[in-house]
Amino acid sequence: MKNFLITLIIILIPVKSFGLIEVDITRGNLNPLPIAVSPLSIDEESRKNFQNILKKKNIGSEISSIVENNLKVSGLFNPLNKDAFLQEPDIANLKPRFEDWNLIKAQALITGKVSYVEEKLRVEFRLWDVLAGKEMMALAFTTVPNNWRRVGHIITDKVYERLTGERGYFDTRIIYVAEEGPKTQRVKKLAIMDQDGANNKFLTLGNELVLTPRFNPTSQMVTYLSYFRNLPRVYLLDIETGTQEVVGDFPGMTFAPRFSPDGKKIIMSFAKDGNSEIYTMDLENRIVEKITNHPSIDTSPSYSPDGKFISFNSDRSGYQQIYVMKSDGSNVKRISFGKGIYGTPVWSPRGDLIAFTKLHKGKFYIGVMRTDGSGERLLTENFYQEAPSWSPNGRVLIFYRETKTDSKGKGFSAKLWSIDLTGYNERQVPTPTDGSDPSWSSLLSN
Amino acid sequence: MKLSKILKNGFLIVVACLALSACATSKKSTGQMQGDVYTGTDTVEYLASGVPDRVFFATNESVLTTASRETLRKQAAWLRKNSKITIVLEGHADERGTREYNLALGERRANAAKDYLMTYGISSDRISVLSYGKERPVDSGSNPLAWSKNRRSVTVKAN
Repeated sequence: MKNFLITLIIILIPVKSFGLIEVDITRGNLNPLPIAVSPLSIDEESRKNFQNILKKKNIGSEISSIVENNLKVSGLFNPLNKDAFLQEPDIANLKPRFEDWNLIKAQALITGKVSYVEEKLRVEFRLWDVLAGKEMMALAFTTVPNNWRRVGHIITDKVYERLTGERGYFDTRIIYVAEEGPKTQRVKKLAIMDQDGANNKFLTLGNELVLTPRFNPTSQMVTYLSYFRNLPRVYLLDIETGTQEVVGDFPGMTFAPRFSPDGKKIIMSFAKDGNSEIYTMDLENRIVEKITNHPSIDTSPSYSPDGKFISFNSDRSGYQQIYVMKSDGSNVKRISFGKGIYGTPVWSPRGDLIAFTKLHKGKFYIGVMRTDGSGERLLTENFYQEAPSWSPNGRVLIFYRETKTDSKGKGFSAKLWSIDLTGYNERQVPTPTDGSDPSWSSLLSN
Repeated sequence: MKLSKILKNGFLIVVACLALSACATSKKSTGQMQGDVYTGTDTVEYLASGVPDRVFFATNESVLTTASRETLRKQAAWLRKNSKITIVLEGHADERGTREYNLALGERRANAAKDYLMTYGISSDRISVLSYGKERPVDSGSNPLAWSKNRRSVTVKAN
């Protein structure tokens, strides 16, 4: 996976004064775009102020490093080594000497400035097309100093958006299950972190088993399964306030929760007497609706982004397969017909694809197919992996992977991984402990 | 580079399958498994003398085997004799399935055991069901024998 077969297309759009470089993200990239991220310049007084508040020696460089890392991890960009930069950050931000940047083969350049203004962090940055010698974008914004990491992510989102023509996914968070301890007695906690692994925070203590947290696409609410008092039930958690509540009062197990795209309903499975069916609950009036009605296991429901359809997996054919139905439960159609068993369908936020887990001949795959089941494409194969979750722009999938235990019972691990929809750029997502069941948030800033 | 990787992986899959099918046939003669249902006693505990606490299942299945039914009849007899005892049936799956499906499968397995106990006169009031899916394996191994031990419904005294 060292070569990224991504083609870079440089298009000149004559009618617009901007829009010079463009990165095609629909294919793998053999030549990630060489980009120079000049450290954000900072005046001495601002630097000292931020050093006092944030305990960072040079917040300008720190923010640039975040941008640089984001761009690199995206697989679409190749941030150049700063040692080769000839121009000082403050001068470059005023007017880059394009010959200098051209010399180190930079095609795009990011410059900027941070300052301390009325106890706030003010940042301005510019994106330059080096070959054309033109400014492509200039933006400035102000925020509280503690948001400095998010500033780096927002800059990356803007740059990504400008160069690829698609929304970014950097100012986002991942909620997941942090795991520790022996395989037979795993301790699991809810954890949340920034998309790049920073700011990891545990949200539960590990006293009870917790599984499958999922973000509300419209807010910072999470739904998950908890074994609190040994009763596996779907819960809601407000991550801002820490408030938790059980969703509804069902006699059996409730599990596999997910929000509807408008965030107003939870869709989940309810298991009783050996049969699992899919239900929805309106969070406002608590009205429960039964969606499936079949003596098989129906679970892992996921809405289409327009809310009109639901995909789920069912073993009504004898084995676990993927089905799509209208959101009222009518028109149930099986869509997976390849070899093997299929599960965990998740509808892309773009609406055109369903990501899934597939088990075939003892190997697990993460793949995508069109919503009618055609065009199946397997992105990655391993001993065990499942539960893909989409980045909000539908370009990257995050999932978890478990390793095999050897004959001495050693070697087990669970880690988060991400892969581009292209099947390239597979990467482990750093977590302080083992991790599983990741769910990607929407963009925090819009 | 991509193509060669695919070819190589494809080749590995074929080899792995051959190895697996070889294992499966040889397993039958070890006496620990019948088909892929665990028949050994390594992990089994006893609710009372001669009353095993658990039954085992084939991959993806919740059908009770002859041996499982015999175990459950012993449990039913013990429960009839000890009418104050209530139980939890804990259903489990192996690690080779998706988490949510396995939660449902564990629930289905525990209910298969519950239904059988009820036909032998045990009131449903005395039985509760709890699925752990693949969350609580008893054997941490990643091999067919370990998986067969983990596909189980365990009867646990609740009081």
